[in-house]
Amino acid sequence: MSDNLDPLSVAARWVEEGRAVALATVLETWGSAPRPVGSHLVVDADGNFQGSVSGGCVEGDVLAAAEDIIGTGGAKLLDFGVADETAWRAGLSCGGRIRIRVERVG
Amino acid sequence: MELAILERLDALRAQRQPVAHISAIEGGEDRLLCPGEPAEPELASALAEAFRTGKSRVSEDGAHFINVYMPPVRIVVIGAVHISQALAGLAKIAGFDLTIIDPRTAFATPERFGDVNLIAEWPDDALKLHRLDAYTALVVLTHDPKIDDTPLKMALETGCFYIGALGSRKTHAKRVERLMRDGVSGEALATISAPVGLDIGGVTPQEIAVSILAEIIASLRKKPQ
Repeated sequence: MSDNLDPLSVAARWVEEGRAVALATVLETWGSAPRPVGSHLVVDADGNFQGSVSGGCVEGDVLAAAEDIIGTGGAKLLDFGVADETAWRAGLSCGGRIRIRVERVG
Repeated sequence: MELAILERLDALRAQRQPVAHISAIEGGEDRLLCPGEPAEPELASALAEAFRTGKSRVSEDGAHFINVYMPPVRIVVIGAVHISQALAGLAKIAGFDLTIIDPRTAFATPERFGDVNLIAEWPDDALKLHRLDAYTALVVLTHDPKIDDTPLKMALETGCFYIGALGSRKTHAKRVERLMRDGVSGEALATISAPVGLDIGGVTPQEIAVSILAEIIASLRKKPQ
């Protein structure tokens, strides 16, 4: 895979450029899930992002959480699934559940 | 994640070194560990399993996340032939790195291969720099023992996860005889996929390339029978 699109290579490059960066990682999946455990998405303070943690189902919420983390530092765990009460806005159509960690880089 | 850890992780991945990033679930304390380096007893079995399967996971006590980064799969093709031209295009679509090696400069030309990673050298020289490893598939396509046999032996010694060799059953029988005379065991030779590719009845170079790539993916993804 080209380094231009690899999320971890992008993360290091962005931090070195002085951009504030958060990294989202799939920690656990239950049932059918679009991206395997360990998958990354990297996002900067302007909402530019690379990579994926789902098939586009929950990326919107992850980007919002990343914006908070970039401001506050630290890390946050996010759970998504059809059983989740937020499912109407960020659920997985495939019926699985996923846990995602969003953390500040650098 | 600290920048220093991220940079070391990226450097190890660039060297095709398997590595695990171990972190507390909630974030915070984290570090890198390569296979064989000592781990805490409560992490050891989950870590070994993660390296064996290439699958990231939460530790048994639920306190740590183990993210394993295995080297990306690479395909090394010996022979800048018609099948290789098709295989290069397919591998790019499938997301595999691919390198073609052929000492015959009439075959290994940029005109025929465009931006494909092409090395016009003898395989034993080229593979000193572009080392084979367990995450590499080797496909030999020249039919010429002078070119094909040495990389085949190197791949068997290295333990490439897939080794395929073009040629009819008769050609392969002669190849097996030759390599056995060179001291390669019958057991090792039996791991060579020949005739190369899944049996889908492919006829054209493009169809044979599809069958080779499909067989490489099957070797990579399917559990051993």
